Amino acid sequence: MTDIDVNKLANAKSKGKRPYFFDDPAVERVLSITMAVATELAVTRERLDTVERLLEAGKSVTKANIDAYRPDDDASKERQQWHADYIARILRIVHQELEAVENEALNADPEKLADDFAAT
Amino acid sequence: MANTLPPTYDRNGRHPLSPKVDHDEIARFNFLTNLNVHIGQRVSPGNRTAFDNRVSPKFKQETGRPLETRQQVRDAMKKDPFYQCWAALRRNTMEQRQQAGRHVVLRQLDDLIERAKEHNDGKETLKIDPSAEAPRYLAAVDNHCMPGSYYTEIVPDDVLAGANYETGLFVTTAGSMSSKGDGGGRSIVNFVRDRFPDFSPKRILDLGAGIGANTLPLASAFPDAEVVAVDVGAPMLRWGHARAQVLGHDNVRFIHSDGDTVDFEPNSFDWVQTTMFWHETSTSAIQSMMKKAYDLITPGGLFLNVEQPNFKPETSLFDQFTRDWDAWYNNEPFWSKLHVMDVFEVMKAAGFQSDKMFDGGTEADIERGQFQSWSSTVSRHKAEAKDSGDAKDNSYKGERWYLFGGWK
Ligand SMILES: C[S@@+](CC[C@H](N)C(=O)[O-])C[C@H]1O[C@@H](n2cnc3c(N)ncnc32)[C@H](O)[C@@H]1O
Repeated sequence: MTDIDVNKLANAKSKGKRPYFFDDPAVERVLSITMAVATELAVTRERLDTVERLLEAGKSVTKANIDAYRPDDDASKERQQWHADYIARILRIVHQELEAVENEALNADPEKLADDFAAT
Repeated sequence: MANTLPPTYDRNGRHPLSPKVDHDEIARFNFLTNLNVHIGQRVSPGNRTAFDNRVSPKFKQETGRPLETRQQVRDAMKKDPFYQCWAALRRNTMEQRQQAGRHVVLRQLDDLIERAKEHNDGKETLKIDPSAEAPRYLAAVDNHCMPGSYYTEIVPDDVLAGANYETGLFVTTAGSMSSKGDGGGRSIVNFVRDRFPDFSPKRILDLGAGIGANTLPLASAFPDAEVVAVDVGAPMLRWGHARAQVLGHDNVRFIHSDGDTVDFEPNSFDWVQTTMFWHETSTSAIQSMMKKAYDLITPGGLFLNVEQPNFKPETSLFDQFTRDWDAWYNNEPFWSKLHVMDVFEVMKAAGFQSDKMFDGGTEADIERGQFQSWSSTVSRHKAEAKDSGDAKDNSYKGERWYLFGGWK
């Protein structure tokens, strides 16, 4: 085996200055790590789904069976739907911020409302 | 009914050389594909809302003037918190895709190299030139955040760049390139058959062919033609050549060279093709390689290019900003310049005649079934197009692929 450091090379930075989009680069770092953790949770969840389907089919849960498992059309769609639902859940705040931009009526300030309600 | 979710990665085409992917690697690709789709379909549209509802009005309020250039739009959008989050997610997803694809290939690199060698060693159809060097525009920046770009070799006989490119294409394009990653090439064939039904080339050159995924459909469509794929990235060619061999295309030649200096007889190809090539070059490279192409094409031969369409007068500043995004944030710097470059002027300077130039579009050609019904949901550029309703009108109407070219 050629002596290469697989993780180091897989993680290599591409040439070209990396853009940071948030005002504070630390936010970008945290988002990036959070999304990587979210990815690994999705991987674990898909594995669990495979284990369940193997058990349901009366097969033994071995590493070989897990790696060889290929979802049929229904299972394939169900698993993609799970990813879609999961991603919608973890990106909730992004979608709520968008709703706030879309509809100004959602943004009443409680401080002002308190004064308003007190006065009327 | 169009599918609203992409196929799972296990449906992606495989061949005897494909890297092994274990359960969790497939799951990781599935997540990243779905994340790309979610960002593209559900989060991206919010940029327009943020632009219309606050970025654009705010600019006007602060400066007393409307936004006038795509650069101003970009500077103004940079400050918007919704855009910031979308952009950070998008960039990060691309980096994750590179890491995931590279890891799959790197952990079995020795084996992949050995297997590629079995199909490469001693073959007349593969020529690697150890003296070929990456041109300046490739050496300065790793296009689409692909560490090491197309040409870097980390070990002798390296195939990493090519194998990673193929392995991750499904994720990057969310499965819209067909299961063999050859959706572009299949569409080129449709375009040529439709527009030029009598054209039957004998010798075809694909310049900047990469692993040749989009070259092979040309070879299938014109089985009597000699097909040559040129690229400056040796790992792309080693992988592409071995891949072509196992896919039964043992007559496609893969030649390692900078297209600028590639050594063929003048007037020796009746078709020179480039596919998604020019946007990763430079102005002087386009000028000189179009001259080169003109020189290599036989009189009466075809020059055909698949590229990003130019901005049109009716392309809004916001759409210009959106279409430029990859230039600045996905390491494709020249992409933005190409959007406003008159390629027909460059062709003219290279020798082509205006009255023999053309452009047009063609829809994605994807094999039937899951991939096709899914792909129809992700075609780009459609929104910009207006259909004239004239059946003989060959102009570009926002189809998935834009093509331009000319006859010598
Ligand atoms: C975006 S890829 C497109 C690959 C292929 N045409 C396809 O459709 O998949 C661009 C390719 O152009 C190659 N390239 C860039 N500059 C080149 C040059 N001057 N000569 C030859 N190849 C070049 C790169 O190595 C890379 O493989």
